[in-house]
Amino acid sequence: MTAADLTAATDDHHDEHHHGPFIAHHFDTPMQQFDSGKLGIWLFLTTEILFFSGLFCAYTLYRYHHPEIFVDASEFLDKILGGANTIVLLFSSLTMAWAVRAAQLGQNKLAGRLILVTMVCAALFLGIKAVEYSHKWDLNIWVISKYNFNADFVPPAPEGAVARALGISQWLVNLSIIPAILFSGFLIGGFVYRGMGNKVVSSFFFGLAIMMSGYFLGAIAGQMYQNSIHEHHDAAHTAAHIPLDHGPAQAADAVTRPQAIGIFFSIYYCMTGLHAIHVMAGMAFLSWLYYRSLRLHWRPDYFGPVDYVGLYWHVVDLIWIYLFPLLYLIK
Amino acid sequence: MSTNPQAAKLFGHASGRNYLNEGKTIKSWLLTLDHKRIGVMYLIGVTTSLFLAGVFALILRSELFTGTGWFLSEAMYNRMFTLHGAIMVFSFIIPSIPAALGNFVLPMMLGAKDVAFPRLNLCSFYLWVFGTGFLLTAMITNSLDTGWTFYTPYSIRTNTGVLYATMGTFILGFSSIFTGMNFLVTINTMRPAAMTWFKMPLFLWSLYATAIIQILATPILAITLLLLIAERTMHIGIFDPAYGGDPVLFQHFFWFYSHPAVYIMILPAMGIISELIAVYSHKKIFGYSFIAFSSVAIALLGFLVWGHHMFTSGQSGVVTLIFSAITFSVAIPSAVKVFNWLATMYKGSIRLVTPMCYALSFIFLFGIGGLTGLFLGTLSVDIHLHDTYYVVAHFHFVMVGGTLTALLGGLYHWWPKMFGRMYNDFLGRVGCLLVFAGFNMTFFPQFVMGARGMPRRYARYDPEFQIFHQMSTIGAFVLGFGILLAFGVLVYAVFRGRRVGGNPFGAASLEWQSSSPPSYHNFEHKVVLNDPYDFSAMIWDEDIQTWIHRSFVTPEIPAGKKPVPTSDH
Repeated sequence: MTAADLTAATDDHHDEHHHGPFIAHHFDTPMQQFDSGKLGIWLFLTTEILFFSGLFCAYTLYRYHHPEIFVDASEFLDKILGGANTIVLLFSSLTMAWAVRAAQLGQNKLAGRLILVTMVCAALFLGIKAVEYSHKWDLNIWVISKYNFNADFVPPAPEGAVARALGISQWLVNLSIIPAILFSGFLIGGFVYRGMGNKVVSSFFFGLAIMMSGYFLGAIAGQMYQNSIHEHHDAAHTAAHIPLDHGPAQAADAVTRPQAIGIFFSIYYCMTGLHAIHVMAGMAFLSWLYYRSLRLHWRPDYFGPVDYVGLYWHVVDLIWIYLFPLLYLIK
Repeated sequence: MSTNPQAAKLFGHASGRNYLNEGKTIKSWLLTLDHKRIGVMYLIGVTTSLFLAGVFALILRSELFTGTGWFLSEAMYNRMFTLHGAIMVFSFIIPSIPAALGNFVLPMMLGAKDVAFPRLNLCSFYLWVFGTGFLLTAMITNSLDTGWTFYTPYSIRTNTGVLYATMGTFILGFSSIFTGMNFLVTINTMRPAAMTWFKMPLFLWSLYATAIIQILATPILAITLLLLIAERTMHIGIFDPAYGGDPVLFQHFFWFYSHPAVYIMILPAMGIISELIAVYSHKKIFGYSFIAFSSVAIALLGFLVWGHHMFTSGQSGVVTLIFSAITFSVAIPSAVKVFNWLATMYKGSIRLVTPMCYALSFIFLFGIGGLTGLFLGTLSVDIHLHDTYYVVAHFHFVMVGGTLTALLGGLYHWWPKMFGRMYNDFLGRVGCLLVFAGFNMTFFPQFVMGARGMPRRYARYDPEFQIFHQMSTIGAFVLGFGILLAFGVLVYAVFRGRRVGGNPFGAASLEWQSSSPPSYHNFEHKVVLNDPYDFSAMIWDEDIQTWIHRSFVTPEIPAGKKPVPTSDH
């Protein structure tokens, strides 16, 4: 190769990127970029599964050591609420997969709407989860060190004025403070940007507000259900609370017997809590996708981010599909 | 005066625009997406960690000069060795070679412009900064005295800064995961079509194997630390025996990560050595595919041996036996590498320049480190040696004698590429000698006293061990001085070193086809794919004072460019 050839090579090096607005400088083709992202997200999901695997391992170990605790304790979990959440997440996986297809075809409007439905489902899930958590906290069902449930315990009437007026758990009111702030913030943001004439950003904020309203929908529906079964439910608790004097409990001296059941709830809170954090992260990613859909970014040669977040969302869904039977359906 | 200005621009010393002066503001460094700058920033970061943790090492070695206590209380001594271990392992060794050198070299070895995810790469660096920041916060607030392993139940009870340290380690874990993901994807999707798996330089194979471990093992550490944090804050009873938890479960979880992490430390080092031995023997690497597969084999076997850290923890006898057997099998791929390196040197034309000196000392020190590992993997012997200085000496031979030596060798090898300047080779070799001598003086006596029953992590000891401890302490200062000198020579070269061309050592892998320092896009021309170990294809260009691949040279060889005689190898 002569110096002239080298010059030629140097020149055509600079004009090889005319593939559309979203191809990073170091990729040669959109396909290469898409493949890299796809492999990357699969690797990331592998780490996610492994991240949860420690908890599944702990679950297996303690269930093996204390099968009776797991059978009894799972009675405290409400199959209806858990089942409703399972359906919500499964439905959100459908809308997510559909959104990927829409983005692939460049149908930005449809993709945006489907992503919004997915976001609402995610928030709905958290709303129902908040009802479940707050009900347990009302009953003093915590992780093992603070576990203090007793069958004769009557949950106190809600203390705060708001909680009393709404007839809901004080814990649920506390949990709903941040979603309420976010909801009103997004709503205000939407109106402000509409006033400024920025249609895309205002639709984005209104979309986020709609998402947050999903949380309240879940929380209110869940609480209504919870109130309707209240009497019946407490009776079931009393019946379910078999004295734990059978089976080999390790370190029996150090553990007061009724408290030992708390190990189930330690694992329950770790698993569902970590899962809920992943749902929240998913809501953030989905919001980003929603914004880009409004900006009409997706085209047949560029829809990678929808695909990647979609895969993440399916994994979050999948983990719940395992958590639900492992925690709720033991008996 | 060069007869070929174009070639001088492409392959020579880049005195004009290059990645170092592409942007001059601090912001252009801190927000850069360029893998080379991120690599340099990582290098500065990990070196700082090395010196910080090295100071802790010297403090605790000084304290151990006498057996009756000198200037540290027992509690302070515990903090010193914990901080030394935690910062060395999580902030220095694990990111050292992959994140600093690997970041710089990996895309260039592929002839690519950057890693697959440059923003993730920068994110990984800042996670490293935050994680290290948390570790330092633990250090200055309430310190840390659990040992770098954070064993429960002590780590739940002690009132030192376990939360900061575990949070920091958690974040550093994600930094490591992101680097691994980035490298694995880059090697998979950014390779030129003509570069098949078995035409990759071996450093890439070892980084690939490292990336597999980083991706598959680090999440387990993350969840373990998260559970430990939950245990400390909420007492969830998973690790805490007071609530029916199982502290040995923590050990299983911890070593499921931390044993593979040992291979995160050593595999990239082995990759560097494979490059150095071939280049400085000027001979095609012997047994390429064996070295490549042995990296993958070590990575996979590394996942199956974590229980050998827990022989005395009360795990079942059968399990112990299996772990012991698999531990022995790790020796096979490791030995395959060592034998192939030796065979590569055989009848090569060996240049004893600084990088080669480090490579040779690596083989010697890693040999000892690896072989003493077999003693520890033997059940009956381990019962005696467990938690003694023998273990300390063993893993320092692997981590310092292996990884740190290889890091220094790699730095001396790629330094002219990174900064376009040559260091003082004589002083480089003096530094290497000091590191080698100081290291052996520090850690060889520890084998002896460990075998005689000196337990690790003790602040005080019986008079019979004094002579070994004193040798060790003196050696530690020699080692410290050697490392300081080694880095001093390199740093001096950045500012005052002789300017060199793109390929001063006659290496054949692709990163040497760029100018030195490389331009922002790495290559200003189309790279010519060639065998990374076919050194006979490299020709010394007198005009621009560098080695050039023969396909860049016109067929009729002009005056002043003649092929290097190949008869001597």
